[in-house]
Amino acid sequence: MSPLLVHVIVALVVFAIYFQFPPVLIYAERKVCARIQNRIGPNRVGPWGLLQPLADAVKLLTKEEVVPARAEKGLYYLAPVIAILPASFAFAVVPIARPFVLGDGTVIATQVADLNVGIIFVLAITSLGVYGIAFGGWSANSKYPLLGGIRSSAQLISYEIAMGLAIVAVVMVSGAVRMGGIVDSQIAHGWNVIRQPVAALLFTIAMFAENNRLPFDLPEAEAELVGGYHTEYSGMKFALFFMGEYMAMVTMSGVFVTLFLGGWHFPGIDPTPGSLAGTVATGAIFFGKVSLVLFFYLWVRWTLPRLRYDQLMQLGWKALIPIGLANILVTGIFGVL
Amino acid sequence: MDEPEEHADSHAHDDDVEVAPGTPPGMGPLRWYEKIYLPEVVKGLANTLKHMFVEEPFTTQYPEEPFPVNPRARGEHILKTDEQGREKCVACLLCEAACPAKCIRIVPAPSPWADRERYPVEFEIDMLRCIYCAFCEEACPCDAIELTPKPYQVYGSREEFLYKKEKLKTNFPQDWRQKVAGGYGKREGAPFKGEQGVKGLIR
Repeated sequence: MSPLLVHVIVALVVFAIYFQFPPVLIYAERKVCARIQNRIGPNRVGPWGLLQPLADAVKLLTKEEVVPARAEKGLYYLAPVIAILPASFAFAVVPIARPFVLGDGTVIATQVADLNVGIIFVLAITSLGVYGIAFGGWSANSKYPLLGGIRSSAQLISYEIAMGLAIVAVVMVSGAVRMGGIVDSQIAHGWNVIRQPVAALLFTIAMFAENNRLPFDLPEAEAELVGGYHTEYSGMKFALFFMGEYMAMVTMSGVFVTLFLGGWHFPGIDPTPGSLAGTVATGAIFFGKVSLVLFFYLWVRWTLPRLRYDQLMQLGWKALIPIGLANILVTGIFGVL
Repeated sequence: MDEPEEHADSHAHDDDVEVAPGTPPGMGPLRWYEKIYLPEVVKGLANTLKHMFVEEPFTTQYPEEPFPVNPRARGEHILKTDEQGREKCVACLLCEAACPAKCIRIVPAPSPWADRERYPVEFEIDMLRCIYCAFCEEACPCDAIELTPKPYQVYGSREEFLYKKEKLKTNFPQDWRQKVAGGYGKREGAPFKGEQGVKGLIR
């Protein structure tokens, strides 16, 4: 087995697992939402409602595609596609399990691409996510999507700065930009959520804002903007926006687990690259942690009220950036001492 | 002129303390650890968690479980019968005329019994069209049709919603008024008009 073939197989496996998450997440969201609201979620379609995502998919596929007459055709068709691509690309550098060793000694990392600019790649790709929303909001040629698109773009670029500052603190403490290196430093020194709690909090808040999730979902809130940037989309295009949001959630959760929760590591597990069985076990640990973070996403959505747009911008610029900078300063001082 | 003394609002002259606009009256400015809102967020999350794991959902699984109804609720119909099991209906067609949704269909015929001239050989109510207004119950001079508190049922096809005479006679216990709420409502056999009647039944 040539290493190249093994890499390709690993890449396919990683994406196969990644693409299973959105349907499960849709089902979990509805069930968690229901339980929080003292009711049962979907329980009619299949046992315990497990086939509900399938019913949703069939509905969206067979829905009539209504295109506004004066929409910008090119951007209108392009926007949903752009919405799902950055989320998938950014997941390519997240290490999901302990690297394993082939027969001839080559170490295979469990990522699609073990880039040595790891976390900077993630930051860059999530910046591209703004385009999907901006194009969607503009091309629909309608007031509410335009407002939603503008608000969302402003929100995303503001909170990218806060996210970047949190990541800078993590990189300072880990000494590595490569995602595998960040995990290794957490294995050696303890999880970053303990070493950098302020950065963890900052990243959590920025993570919610980057994904347009409550409490920062004004751009797509039904009561405020009829649906924001995805108002004029129906059928499969809407499904792509919808899936893109959930895929971005999974990606951000993966990045959060890698940066702050120790990645695939658990105390007591030998971190040296070893057998395939160990890789599978650590993969399960990683996706367990990701599931916890995703549950936190859902939990927060149905708990907190929405931030008004000016409150959101104030929080991003006047609160999170100074805190991020102060965190970097303190980390630097204590790092040198 | 002197300003009237303000007893009720003791904060009226707190000019030196600035509160954020929109603060409920009586609440002072937030302290720094309250302004972060993180403790409030955690309290909110704990409350939601309690809803998730401690409290039971109070969903009624409707077609399988009946939803709770008031004894005065207007539900499905029954055709009243006398002690011999004959329906009281004399096919006068007053209920069919009174129905706003035109959901009653009666086919009258000469009756086989001596004490009445006509009887309904077919009596069909389309429960999908019915709006459960009880005008038919109001209109009937023989107390032959009643709306019981039985919750409306769901079926898989339109044919199942057409209730025929036999089904209507056995839809609900004939003596439900005695069993329900201690016999609230009309006395059996009493003439309908002016006798407690409709006002006591329809809200």
